[in-house]
Amino acid sequence: MKALMTIWLSAMLLLFSSLAQANLTIEITRGSDRATPIAIVPFSADGESLPEDVAQIISDNLERSGYFAPLPRNAMYDRPSSGDEVRYGQWRALDVRYLVVGQVSRGADGYRIRYELMDVSGQRRMLGESVSAGSNELRSGAHYVSDQIFEAITGIRGAFSTRIAYVTAQGVDQDMQFGLYVADADGHNSQQVLNSREPILSPVWSPDGRKLAYVSFETERPAIYVQDVGTGQRAQVASFDGINGAPAWSPDGRRLAMTLSKDGQPDIYIMDVGSRNLERITNNSSIDTEPAWAPDGRSLIFTSDRSGGPQIYRYSFGSGQTERLTFTGNYNARGRLSPDGEALFLIHRSNNGFQVARQDLGSGRLVVISETRSDESPSVAPNGTMVIFATQQGNSGVLGAVSADGRASYRLPSARGDVREPAWSPFLN
Amino acid sequence: MQFKSHARTLAIALSLALIAGCSSTGGSRDGSMDGTRADGGVGTGTAGAGQVSGTGVSGDRAGQQADGRIPDVRTIYFDFDRDTIRSEFESVLVAHARYLRSNGNARVVLQGHTDERGTREYNMALGERRANSVKRFLEVQGVSPSQLQVVSYGEERLAVRGNGEDAHAQNRRVVFAY
Repeated sequence: MKALMTIWLSAMLLLFSSLAQANLTIEITRGSDRATPIAIVPFSADGESLPEDVAQIISDNLERSGYFAPLPRNAMYDRPSSGDEVRYGQWRALDVRYLVVGQVSRGADGYRIRYELMDVSGQRRMLGESVSAGSNELRSGAHYVSDQIFEAITGIRGAFSTRIAYVTAQGVDQDMQFGLYVADADGHNSQQVLNSREPILSPVWSPDGRKLAYVSFETERPAIYVQDVGTGQRAQVASFDGINGAPAWSPDGRRLAMTLSKDGQPDIYIMDVGSRNLERITNNSSIDTEPAWAPDGRSLIFTSDRSGGPQIYRYSFGSGQTERLTFTGNYNARGRLSPDGEALFLIHRSNNGFQVARQDLGSGRLVVISETRSDESPSVAPNGTMVIFATQQGNSGVLGAVSADGRASYRLPSARGDVREPAWSPFLN
Repeated sequence: MQFKSHARTLAIALSLALIAGCSSTGGSRDGSMDGTRADGGVGTGTAGAGQVSGTGVSGDRAGQQADGRIPDVRTIYFDFDRDTIRSEFESVLVAHARYLRSNGNARVVLQGHTDERGTREYNMALGERRANSVKRFLEVQGVSPSQLQVVSYGEERLAVRGNGEDAHAQNRRVVFAY
C-alpha cells in the first residue's frame, strides 16, 4: 500500500534555476557523403547587433542532420538578403543546390525573421515566410525556420524544435552528484529539473512532451517518478520492493510499462497511470527489462536473457505471444523502435565493443551505425532521422548522435562531468 | 586445508541449491556474455579488488571477529559474468551471518553493483542477482530475511572509474551497508 501511495513533492524540493546551466556543445564527427549542398547566407539585420546568428543556427542544424552540407561562409561571394537579389549563376557555379536568404529585424516585442528558400537549379522560390519571435526566442525562431526548410526539401518533418533530456553525473561511489536536465535538441538552453546525490536514470518523455518519467534513488532505493517539466510538480508512482526501473510511456500517455522485481526476478509490468493498477506482462525466472512500446501501441519490445544472453523480444497484446527479434551476436539490449515501427535501434555487442545498431525488422538484418565503442541508451528523434545515445570520450561520458543510416554523426560533450541517458522528446509543436 | 575449504564450498553450494529451489539465478553478466576477459587472471585474482575496501583484512581474520562488532570487511567482489560467491569471501559472509544472528535488531542493505559495460537497466538486474546471491547465502546461514534488504545500483555508483579490467573488477561487488 505504501508503495502505491502517491507522494506529491513540493516544487520547493527541486532545484529550478536558469543559472544551473550545463549547455552541451556540438562537434561534428562525420559528415554524410550524400549530403545535399546548400548555402545559408548570413541574414541581414539592418546594422543591428543580434544576440544570435540565426543563419548560423540554421546552418548548424541542417549540417548536423547529415542531409545537408552547408557552404562555408568564406566561399560566399555574394550576400543577398532577399530572393529578388539572388543571382543564380553564382550559386550554380558553387554547386549549391539550395539557397536560404533572410533578414532579422527588431520589433516591439521581439524579432521578425523573414526567410526565403530558393531552388538554385530551378531558379525559383520554394518557400518564403515571415516569423515573429519573442525577445528570448530568436534561437527557437531559427529552429522553426530550420524545420520548414528541412521538410520543404526532404519531405520529412524537421525535428530541430524538439528537446532532449539527459542525466549528468560527477564523482565516484558514495561521493556523487547527479542532475537531470532538459535542453534544446542542439544542447542549448539547458535547464536543471532535478538535483540529487543519489542516482538518476532512465528519463523518458511523455507522448505529449510535457512530462518526464524517470528513476531516482533519492530515497536510497529506486523509485519511478513522473514530473511535469513546466511546473516541476511530480509524483512517485512506483516504489515496490526491489527494482523499479525502465519506465516507458504508452503512445496514448495513459500507461507506463516498467521493470519491477517485487515478485522475484525482474519482469515487465504495465501501470495505468491514473489508477496505478498493475498488469504483469512477463513472468519467468530470467531478466526481463528495458520495455519500449511500438508506435501503434499493439506490442512491447523488451530485453530478456531467457535464451542465455540479452536479446530483444516482442510481446504482442493481441495474441499474448512473445517472439524473439534479435539473433545477430550474443548481446542485444535496450531496443527502441523507429517512429514508423520498421526499424529497431539497440545496443549491440560487436568485436569493437558496445555499439548502436539498427535492425530492419522486415529483413532481420542488423547493421552497426555508431563508430564509438562504449555506447548506451539510444533514443530516436521523433522524425526517425537521428539517434542520440550515450558514449565515452576519453574517460568522460558524452552524448553522441548518429543518423539512422549511420552516415553522419556528431557529439555533444559537456564542459564538466559525465553526460548520459539522453532521451529525445516527441514533436513539441 | 584446501580440501576442507572445498568441502565447505560444496556443502554451501548444496544447501544453496536446496534453498534456491526453482529460482534460477543464471549468472551475472556485466553486459557481456562470452567472457572476453582481457586478462584471465583477473577473474579469480583478488589483489586489485581486495584493496578497494581499504581494510586489507583478509576474509579469515574477518571470520574471527567478536560477534558484537560489525565485521570490517564489507565489500566482496565477483568474477566477470558471475553472481557466485568466490570461496575467499565465504568467511566474510560467514562473519556477517554470525553478527546478524547475534544481533537480531541489526539490519543490512546488500548493495549490488556491476561494472560499466552494457546497458544500465540490464545491469540493474545483474546487480540485483549478485546481491540476491549474498542474501541467499546469509539466509542459509540462519540470518532472518527480515534483516536483509537488497538494493541494486547496477553501474550507477562505480567504485573506480576507468575502462581497464582492474577497474571493472573493483566495480563488480556487493557492499554490506549497515
